[in-house]
Amino acid sequence: MPEILRTWLPHLMEYSEEFWRSIEETLQMLLLSGLFSFAAGLILGIALVVTREGNILENKVIHQIIDKAVNLFRSIPFVILITALIPLTKLIVGTFIGVKGAIFPLVVGCTPFFIRQVDMALTDIDHGLIEAAQSMGISPLGIIFRVYLKESIPALARSTTITAISLLGLTAMGGAVGGGGLGSFVIRYGHNRFYQDITYVSVIVILVLVSIIQFIGNVIIKKTSH
Amino acid sequence: MIQLIDVSKTFHSRNGTVQAIRNVNLEIEKSDIFGVIGYSGAGKSTLVRCINLLEYPTSGKVLLEGIDLTALNEKKLRRQRQRIGMIFQQFNLFASRTVFGNVAFPLKYKGLKKREMKEKVCSLLELAGISDKARAYPAQLSGGQKQRVAIARALANDPGILLCDEATSALDPQTTQSILKLLKDLNRKLGLTIVLITHEMSVIKEVCNRVAVMDKGRVVEQNDVFSIFSSPQAQITKDFIRTTSNLPRIDELMEEKSSIVQLKDGERLCRLDFYGAHTKEAMISWISREYQVEASIIFANVEVLSDTVLGSLIVILSGSAANQNSAVRFLTDHDIRVEVMKSA
Repeated sequence: MPEILRTWLPHLMEYSEEFWRSIEETLQMLLLSGLFSFAAGLILGIALVVTREGNILENKVIHQIIDKAVNLFRSIPFVILITALIPLTKLIVGTFIGVKGAIFPLVVGCTPFFIRQVDMALTDIDHGLIEAAQSMGISPLGIIFRVYLKESIPALARSTTITAISLLGLTAMGGAVGGGGLGSFVIRYGHNRFYQDITYVSVIVILVLVSIIQFIGNVIIKKTSH
Repeated sequence: MIQLIDVSKTFHSRNGTVQAIRNVNLEIEKSDIFGVIGYSGAGKSTLVRCINLLEYPTSGKVLLEGIDLTALNEKKLRRQRQRIGMIFQQFNLFASRTVFGNVAFPLKYKGLKKREMKEKVCSLLELAGISDKARAYPAQLSGGQKQRVAIARALANDPGILLCDEATSALDPQTTQSILKLLKDLNRKLGLTIVLITHEMSVIKEVCNRVAVMDKGRVVEQNDVFSIFSSPQAQITKDFIRTTSNLPRIDELMEEKSSIVQLKDGERLCRLDFYGAHTKEAMISWISREYQVEASIIFANVEVLSDTVLGSLIVILSGSAANQNSAVRFLTDHDIRVEVMKSA
């Protein structure tokens, strides 16, 4: 077996240690920045929705601030965003290279996207359900958790899946400008040295990761839809 | 129990302002079934939302057993809202929860033990006649079943009042009947005060004791159902009542000069309106016996409203003119309103 691999994938086998490490780095970036983005996106997304005009905690100022910030950050291409964030990243994390330096810009790049996804998922909830809960004397916090979040679990699972997959794409882009992971691995060997076996195997790895994310998402959606 | 004092609600939007309700005064007695009828856009949904303050009135007061709800802070208002259940046209059940979960929803965090909660939910489901579906999800239920679940859920806080916002408008006639019957039972069993919004006079006729008629944000007429049906004042009320009987058909027939309303010499086409007590007596056979006046019935409409009978007949009277006059006088003397629509 190793013989065949060495014949067909000579460069990958040569740099196999780095290959495994970059997969690990990609997963690290995906999980950590995913976790932060999920939390921040959910909180800000909820805030965006409930402060909208006519909603349970209507507040024009907060709504406008979040709304405009989301639009601003979503309109900056990620590669430029990373570069623009370098001073801030350095200030917060201490470095702007490697996995450590990539996580902050990834969170900044991914969160606005997820906020919009959360916005769409929650806004889809029939306003009648909110009214019904209000008529029962449920508090705004109760409505957020027991109606908005509970009722939109399938939609949120879908949003999270889409966001996680696009985040995986961002981690690869991060690799191009000093981050670690599969992106930087492929650029270093597949692109700069034209080791095609490395490129193709990395594509397959990414494909597998995307499939796993999609699979988990589908299972959750299926389990929570009635 | 519920008092609306000079309540107005104005909506502001980019396209201008809309006065949804204007200076409405209403008083709803405890254990009453109070109907509000009006065309869509008349403001009745806004009005019912002003009772539990889902819509804050722009001006005016809403009193619940003397407590001014508009003066309460959020927290106190939420406590008062638990005394007012509400059901909706679109049911508004939580799709992610089972029937049991929906009914248990308002009971959570109320300090009930698991067993107490289960008993409470089961008794509510039984009350609403939907016990067999406890484990089903709303998507698996029919419209009538969904409304039953919504009713059970609305009663979970043991409210004294139930607001029904077009609760039967999305249901077929048969299901509407069964839901209305359920509401009537609940009113009788629990002494529940029911406020019912509808655009169908037949719904009012079926269950209500009192009714307010709304038009363009105003309450144009307000009375007990019997008086509304027997002597409607506002034009819109008359229009609504026309929808519940087949008598207006006579106007069409007369216009079409249908053979049914062709009169022979000396015949008269009359409309007789009966109220209450005399309806049961055999007036028609009486006039034929005493005055030799034959009355052939073209249309008849008999309503039973809060246990009183209200009937109308369209008849063709034949017999000598003198006898017909005596017969009409006799009927009028017995509180039957006689209107001669056409004579030949």
